Amino acid sequence: MKWEKVMGLEVHLQLSTNTKIFSSSATTFGADANAQTNPLDMALPGTLPVLNHAAVSQAIVFGLGVGAEIGKVSRFDRKNYFYPDLPKGYQISQFFEPIVKEGVFEVPLEDGSIFPVRILRAHLEEDAGKSVHDAIPGHTGIDLNRAGIPLLEVVTEPDFRTAEQVVAYLKALHALVTYLGISDGNMSEGSMRCDVNLSLRLEGETEYGTRTELKNINSFRFIERAIHVEAERQQDLLESGHSIVQETRLFDPDKDETRSMRSKEVANDYRYFPDPDLLPIVIDDETISRIRETLPELPAVKRSRYTTELGLSQYDANLLTQDRATAEFFEACSNVSNSPKAAANWVLGDLSAALNKDGLTIDDCKVTPQGLAALITRIDDGTLSSKMAKVVFEGLWSGESNVDHIIESKGLKQVSDSGALEAIVDELIANNPAQVDQYRAADEGKQKKLIGFFVGQAMKASKGQANPQMLNQLLQQKLS
Amino acid sequence: MSGLLPTISSLARQLSEGSVSSRELVEDAIARTEQINPTLNTVISLDKEGALAAAGRADQARADGATSPLLGVPMLHKDIFCTQGVRTSCASKMLADFIPPYNATVVNKLHDAGMVSLGKCNMDEFAMGSSNETSFFGAVKNPWDVTRVPGGSSGGSAAAVAAGLVPMATGTDTGGSIRQPAALCGITGLKPTYGRVSRYGMIAFASSMDQAGPMARTAEDCALVLNAMAGHDLLDSTCADLPVPDYAATLERGIEGLRVGIPKEFFSSHLNAAVAKTVTTAIKELEAAGATIVDVSLPSTDLGVSTYYVIAPAEASANLSRYDGVRYGYRCDSPTDLQDLYLRSRTEGFGEEVKRRILIGTFTLSAASYDQYFMKAQQVRRLIAEEYQSVLKDVDVIAGPSAPNTAFVLNDDSKSVTDMYMEDVFTIGANLAGLPAISVPAGLVDGLPVGMQLIGPRFGEAELLNIAHQFQRRTDWHSLTPNLEGLTG
Repeated sequence: MKWEKVMGLEVHLQLSTNTKIFSSSATTFGADANAQTNPLDMALPGTLPVLNHAAVSQAIVFGLGVGAEIGKVSRFDRKNYFYPDLPKGYQISQFFEPIVKEGVFEVPLEDGSIFPVRILRAHLEEDAGKSVHDAIPGHTGIDLNRAGIPLLEVVTEPDFRTAEQVVAYLKALHALVTYLGISDGNMSEGSMRCDVNLSLRLEGETEYGTRTELKNINSFRFIERAIHVEAERQQDLLESGHSIVQETRLFDPDKDETRSMRSKEVANDYRYFPDPDLLPIVIDDETISRIRETLPELPAVKRSRYTTELGLSQYDANLLTQDRATAEFFEACSNVSNSPKAAANWVLGDLSAALNKDGLTIDDCKVTPQGLAALITRIDDGTLSSKMAKVVFEGLWSGESNVDHIIESKGLKQVSDSGALEAIVDELIANNPAQVDQYRAADEGKQKKLIGFFVGQAMKASKGQANPQMLNQLLQQKLS
Repeated sequence: MSGLLPTISSLARQLSEGSVSSRELVEDAIARTEQINPTLNTVISLDKEGALAAAGRADQARADGATSPLLGVPMLHKDIFCTQGVRTSCASKMLADFIPPYNATVVNKLHDAGMVSLGKCNMDEFAMGSSNETSFFGAVKNPWDVTRVPGGSSGGSAAAVAAGLVPMATGTDTGGSIRQPAALCGITGLKPTYGRVSRYGMIAFASSMDQAGPMARTAEDCALVLNAMAGHDLLDSTCADLPVPDYAATLERGIEGLRVGIPKEFFSSHLNAAVAKTVTTAIKELEAAGATIVDVSLPSTDLGVSTYYVIAPAEASANLSRYDGVRYGYRCDSPTDLQDLYLRSRTEGFGEEVKRRILIGTFTLSAASYDQYFMKAQQVRRLIAEEYQSVLKDVDVIAGPSAPNTAFVLNDDSKSVTDMYMEDVFTIGANLAGLPAISVPAGLVDGLPVGMQLIGPRFGEAELLNIAHQFQRRTDWHSLTPNLEGLTG
């Protein structure tokens, strides 16, 4: 028997508004507990929500970004439940009429192919506060700074079959929202939170099995692990003749297990109904087209432009477009150097390696796209050998900005003066008669190997600055 | 005190002539309140210091040349409006110690217009009731007969005005809570169009129907107060962004040719016969003033009460969830766990009627009954609104009784919960349809006041006030006062 995983995702994206979705409190991360609250956030009697239209615009931007239909009339509803970090006793959400309706989001996979994910809906809602268990001994504190921060909950159809697809989707979603500037997508700060609905079925089966919901997993690595662990748990249960209980489970990365979040089997009845405090959101075509005009070039469009116009591989195009900062760095570098392939290689190669090594993101990078472009130009015009180019890159990485200045001060200029190279080659031939004889006696295949010795020696003699193509040519001439 | 009780307009005249100061009016009102309140129980928070200070400021402003018609006039707020620094309890144990850090928009607007608030009026707990008997602070007595109820939920406001403590008190009306007590206490009460007055800072009962309005002796006074109360508020998304006309400017227009519709369903078996006769006589007075009386029909009137008692409790069940004992308000002693904290804080903090409505609302919104109850009620609500709209295309105003009976006796065990709900049968339609409506004194039955209700089209407050004022020019029911001598402890 072979089991197939069936997964659908609910991702909560924290939108990048300056103030909360229904109040004028600030949304900055990391403020002192309850410093960013006002009477509405605390649900004092008589307070009323007032919609922040920036959140609406960002939701529309998202909808257009995933090619979804925008709800012309959407509404807010109350989702009723009691919890100490939910001050009103209800969450304002969109249940009946979401702002973003169906769409298809194209997700690039590692192998360069495209995996289409059907978006079911995306709706606006307010975040809850946070229970703090360790601040006051013996008590639970409530921090309402997060209460009322705008969230966009993006719900997919159960289209995922592998953890890799899930991670690829989340990365693409992350890329999209950062491109669009509607969320910082920061998983560790909770700006992007993912719930996975997972069930198993035998391959070939068309019915879905009973699903469990894995809640709030806050890194790509944990998501992969949580899916694996939960699928194994379900498989064990099913193969031993048990059934799956539909429930919410929490992944514990320390114990590497999932466990039930609710102690009691209470079916939640949220008693959704339209919130009478808020008017319907009515969006006309004019607003949609006005917002559409402000959209940046989206990852999918960039990807296809990189492969068709710039001649990059699908693989490189996928990697370069994973986040907007990298894509913009690459494009700036490629435009100045006029060498897209070299720019891609440097960005994905040495630059990316250096960033990883120091744990930096491209935003913190001291190397500018212009600096890297200048480096590429100096390779292209023969000034730098590829070996010397790496030394120049190190200079750029350590904070120097002028490529020519680095070349000059470190004496890295490639020797392409044929007279100087000839002198080196002549001296080499004169000093190594045995190797010269061996070369001349060898057949063509062997000669190719033997010439390496001369190239190496000549490079050494030139302190690595000899132009390798010219050197090769010269050696072949003189040795024959 | 006997004879005519002062109105806002008469006080405004005296204040502007300088024959009386705001401080004198406020001192007098405080003295009367302290004298009468032990009998009537209309005021549950008296802010003497704040009132005297505000009166002093009003006198100073007048000396400096300010002339607003409301400047320096004493008033009271229903205890549903948040008042910064002054306890706002909604007449509930749940909020018995709650002092808001902000003012309701209505409070700010009347304050800005120069009115001097003496404090807060008793009411039915969370505005849920038609007799003012559900208050945590005890029932309010009707000044016309202290063995009887003043109506509700704005019963404290109505009784305070009827007893002449102040010329005006604010009220709120979700299903008749301004008009029914106004009728039972013999005063004039206006429920504006839904969205005419901001709800910000007004403690929510049923958000889609709650509306604040003035309760005063005359339509003219209501117009003066509405001028200050009404208008757009960025803090309330449901508050209409429409200009506020000068409601006092059109009071003197004649009403000749005006078409007044009388719905036959308002004169059904629910209506006390003597009340029916009184209201019919009052309507004849409109005819005598030149209006044309037209028979109309609002066939779904009887469905109004059940529709209302599905929708209002549903909204209330969510609105009252915030009172959970966690952040403010009543909290039970030594809770053992979270469940216990919720359960006992809410069980102990809310009164019976409030709990009944929370339970009804929780039930009608539950997944199993949503379609059958809540959805159905929304559909009937639309139907009722359409009936009113269609009638109001044909007539300028709808007239009828405000309440089926005069004031009933306190603690009447023979009156069931549903009997009590039927008190709202004639007023609920205007709330379901979001229409403005006014109750004006129309006569007495066995020495108890009867109210005539006028319902107008959306944002037709000026027309309603005009008709009510013209009626009051021809009648003197609004000038009748209860025997106040008997009220002093």
